[in-house]
Amino acid sequence: MIAVFDAIGRVGSAVIAGVSRIGYATRFLFAILRHSGPSFMRPRLVIREVYQAGVLSLIIVCMSGLFVGMVLALQGYETLSRYGASESMGVLVAMALVRELGPVVAGLLFASRAGSAMTAEIGLMKTTEQLAAMEVMAVDPIARVVAPRFWGGVISLPLLAVLFSTLGVFGGFLVAVKLIGVDSGAFWSQMQASVDWRYGVMNGVIKSVVFGIAVSLIAVFEGYDADPTAEGVSAATTRTVVTSALAILALDFVLTVFMFRGEIN
Amino acid sequence: MPDTIIAMSLVAEFPPSALSPNACENLVELKDVSFGYTRARKILSGVTLAVPKGKLVAVMGGSGCGKTTILRLLCGQHRASSGEVLVGGQSVATMDREQMFAHRRKLGMLFQFGALFTDLSVFDNVAFPMREHTQLPQDIIHDLVLMKLNAVGLRGAARLKPSELSGGMARRVALARTIALDPQLALYDEPFAGLDPISLSVVGQLIRKLNDALNMTSILVTHDVVESMKIVDYIYFISEGRVVAHGDVPSIKASTDPFVRQFVDGQSDGPVRFHYPAKTLAEDFA
Ligand SMILES: Nc1ncnc2c1ncn2[C@@H]1O[C@H](COP(=O)(O)OP(=O)(O)O)[C@@H](O)[C@H]1O
Ligand SMILES: [Mg+2]
Repeated sequence: MIAVFDAIGRVGSAVIAGVSRIGYATRFLFAILRHSGPSFMRPRLVIREVYQAGVLSLIIVCMSGLFVGMVLALQGYETLSRYGASESMGVLVAMALVRELGPVVAGLLFASRAGSAMTAEIGLMKTTEQLAAMEVMAVDPIARVVAPRFWGGVISLPLLAVLFSTLGVFGGFLVAVKLIGVDSGAFWSQMQASVDWRYGVMNGVIKSVVFGIAVSLIAVFEGYDADPTAEGVSAATTRTVVTSALAILALDFVLTVFMFRGEIN
Repeated sequence: MPDTIIAMSLVAEFPPSALSPNACENLVELKDVSFGYTRARKILSGVTLAVPKGKLVAVMGGSGCGKTTILRLLCGQHRASSGEVLVGGQSVATMDREQMFAHRRKLGMLFQFGALFTDLSVFDNVAFPMREHTQLPQDIIHDLVLMKLNAVGLRGAARLKPSELSGGMARRVALARTIALDPQLALYDEPFAGLDPISLSVVGQLIRKLNDALNMTSILVTHDVVESMKIVDYIYFISEGRVVAHGDVPSIKASTDPFVRQFVDGQSDGPVRFHYPAKTLAEDFA
């Protein structure tokens, strides 16, 4: 009996801890927004972070995009050719990438490549008292360290997602047209006819912006909140990757529901 | 000799009676200050000390006795749980945002482990406070930074990253950054740790000269008795969270206080235990 109460108590305290952590993170987001002035007055601070988070993630994002596009085309061909619709491969590849895979997979890659690095860097700056030193110099670390990294991430992820989708479509083109021999004109013209600008492309961009905000917030929050020890920083880095992945997938579902145009019986 | 001029001007400005800490205006005062990071364990219990304007005062004590903690209270990173921490007559605990900003602008703190910004070069580390707080043009900042680096003997290392420095070099760069804006109050946390004998005496002399030439007030936290006796005006000894002895250098040298003798002569036996409280050896190894 006591064991049952204990278990309920543990679940309860875990839930409370989780909710209050979300609360802290939200307050942290407002603190970042309040202290974003210097980031915009001194664009060099943000540009440096766009380089760190975005440019350095280019290779992994482009390579993954290319392969995902190629695999999509191969898998899609099996099904579509059964119905004699292999000309629609362009549509399949582009729709899947632009609406879903681009934002989601680029977001996951971004969280593990750039988000983890952000957390580790800020956590180590805390551990080695660099943030305290800044504070004592009357410089706000949220304005000088956290906000530029946050905005760097928010700017980078949508661009990376667009690149991912572009490379993916190109990969699909290579497999469908060059390897399988689908007609190149049909591949492109069907894609052009079916992918709607607002519904397809813009919704994908909106998703990637939301993911960019979520992943960057999680990354800087975990770093700033890390225990100032070696284990603390490594635990925070892990949490960044895990929480970001869950947040991306959950947010993706929510956003997709809002963007859904079909009818549910 | 500039040193004698400084020494003479000191004597003129502060007659010998002024050398006792209460006789002239105090820039820093701790009144019966208690503090603990957790409620269970008190680190400081009733520390009272005073640092007169223009003086270089050492705070000494074994490691873990709360020296760094005193500096953290002074720069407002933590708040005393009781007692008053006064800087320039103003209580640090009651400062609002603006006052804290102004207070920290006038403050230079050398962190125990340097705390150099690892993503910036040596040059940019020293330039950091100037760029954040002044509108000086780049070429003037360039000259100022090289002057500061020259003072610590590292002008040639300006382009290096902190990861390429030895511990002692990093400490000297951090020192240059501490004095970048010519602070009124300089706090040095273990500036001698990890320095070789040559840089040790150079840094010691530098701290003394800066204090006098820039009309600063300095607090030097250290456990290097020999080196600090050469440069400081006054010494406080801290043990187990309270001030156990204090005095100017001659009186400390002549003191018969067992604590002071143990610390100055470096004996492992005395009022301060070398061993952390433990069971007896026989019990532990049984
Ligand atoms: N951030 C902290 N949280 C909890 N305890 C701390 C913290 N910093 C220091 N302490 C404890 O306070 C005591 C005094 O530390 P400190 O002031 O750093 O000593 P020192 O005289 O060596 O500079 C030590 O026992 C240390 O364990
Ligand atoms: Mg210390």
